[in-house]
Amino acid sequence: MSFEESERLETVPPSGIRRYFELAEEQDDIISLGVGEPDFAPPWAARDAAISSLERGQTSYTPNRGLRELREEIVAHAREQYALDYDADEEVLVTAGASEAVDLAFRAFHDPGDTVAVAQPSYLSYVPAARLAGADVLDVQTRPEDEFKLTRDVLEASGAAEADTLVLCYPNNPTGATMTREELEPVAEFVREHDLRVFADEIYAALSYEHDHTSIATLPGMRERTVVFNGFSKAYAMTGLRLGYALAPPEAIESMNRIHQYTMLSAPTTAQHAAIEALRSCDDEVAEMREQYDRRRNFVLSRFEEMGIDCFPASGAFYVFPECPWDDSDAFAEALIEEEGVAVVPGHVFGAGGEGHLRVTYATGLGDLKEALARIESFID
Amino acid sequence: MSSREKILPLLRENARYSTEDLARQTGLDAEEVEATIHELEADGVVRGYRAIVDRNQIDPERVRASVELNVTLDRETGYEDIAQRLAKFPEVEGLRLVSGDYDFAMDVEGDSMSEVSNFISEQVAPVPEITKTVTHYIMETYKEGGVEFEDGDDDDRLSVSP
Repeated sequence: MSFEESERLETVPPSGIRRYFELAEEQDDIISLGVGEPDFAPPWAARDAAISSLERGQTSYTPNRGLRELREEIVAHAREQYALDYDADEEVLVTAGASEAVDLAFRAFHDPGDTVAVAQPSYLSYVPAARLAGADVLDVQTRPEDEFKLTRDVLEASGAAEADTLVLCYPNNPTGATMTREELEPVAEFVREHDLRVFADEIYAALSYEHDHTSIATLPGMRERTVVFNGFSKAYAMTGLRLGYALAPPEAIESMNRIHQYTMLSAPTTAQHAAIEALRSCDDEVAEMREQYDRRRNFVLSRFEEMGIDCFPASGAFYVFPECPWDDSDAFAEALIEEEGVAVVPGHVFGAGGEGHLRVTYATGLGDLKEALARIESFID
Repeated sequence: MSSREKILPLLRENARYSTEDLARQTGLDAEEVEATIHELEADGVVRGYRAIVDRNQIDPERVRASVELNVTLDRETGYEDIAQRLAKFPEVEGLRLVSGDYDFAMDVEGDSMSEVSNFISEQVAPVPEITKTVTHYIMETYKEGGVEFEDGDDDDRLSVSP
């Protein structure tokens, strides 16, 4: 007997972010611009709904696909906000965070030898999740000169035409890039031409500052080949409640649910009650958080400009992705933590094309943000 | 969004934001920010700036009360007249006409409970139009001007996360 790792697991390296977490934990007076979650608490009405559900003892399993009431609210919200048209019974799966939904989709639709093209830099779970599902990963490296938007050129050059699945995440973690409908059209065209399926992680959809978010699934011929992922972590600041969902055609949801019913059974019940209320009554709070993020975004971009650090005007999520002032972004991030007590994350952690950049999160109060940027300024002087 | 609409929420959030920080957050330039603030002040939209203080920490003896006032009006005297007269008292911190069982809600501050009581009984109650006063002394403040006074609002997020 031994705990020798499976060959599949061996293809997955430890998370590159861990080291910075450990360095940051050693410091006392740390200001972290290295987090991937909001600094707000969830809207009170949502928290109150969670508490009330506990008081009523509503802690049983829910149906595998999630409470019907929640699925109805999700489809209503998706229709109203993003013109996405899905059926609450057959085309929605509520999951433990959008991350679970992404994992299910990789496992449900891939065999060894299949290829998953991942637009990068991106959230760092797609590549490991695809490999754990047995698929090969093809890096599709978006470029700073395109402001990290996915283009047809990049897709063609990377050989994505041969892939089975394309994964994209806009608004993007870590770059803060967003894509308009016009910019998504050539991507959709490429996908249709080469008959790919699309995994569209739209967890940051509510946080698009320069234009309304467009879901790629709303483009012609895309709905039938797309799984849309969203959730409550970012827009509603409910990260720890672990609640997300997938929207997809009936056969895709059915397949994903077949894994979900054995591995998760159902998403956290308390979180589902919070989410129903969040969708029903918390639009104002979401708008208020978005306004705050937008002001901080302007603030951070202005400060980097003043420092002479090159940073494209990120327009979504709560990240900016400036160029690293040093050649070695690992060394920079490490020294910045140790000498100035400011944590940021080197871009290469987020995959191909991230090297030479830093992910800077502005989901932090303006006071801390101001202090952190002053420390960065004095550090690079 | 007009520059007023951009600046005003920020001033209400924190009146001590510097002109530069207001400019950075709104995308306006510093001159526009200054001009907008000047305009807001000149038009009487912004009436003043003050700190939100946890008074308990500086002078725990000092008391505040919220006072309900009922009044009667006649042909010569309206709410405005009574309000103007009451607002002149330096002890009166805030004064509002309200709907419901009474007419005015008045905030009063003084060095001691007896000082506030004396003020109400000797200065306010004798005003001829005032028919009734009910004084509520404030025992504890939990939130003021949108700011919660409780401690322990620490950031419990992981310092670095994906």
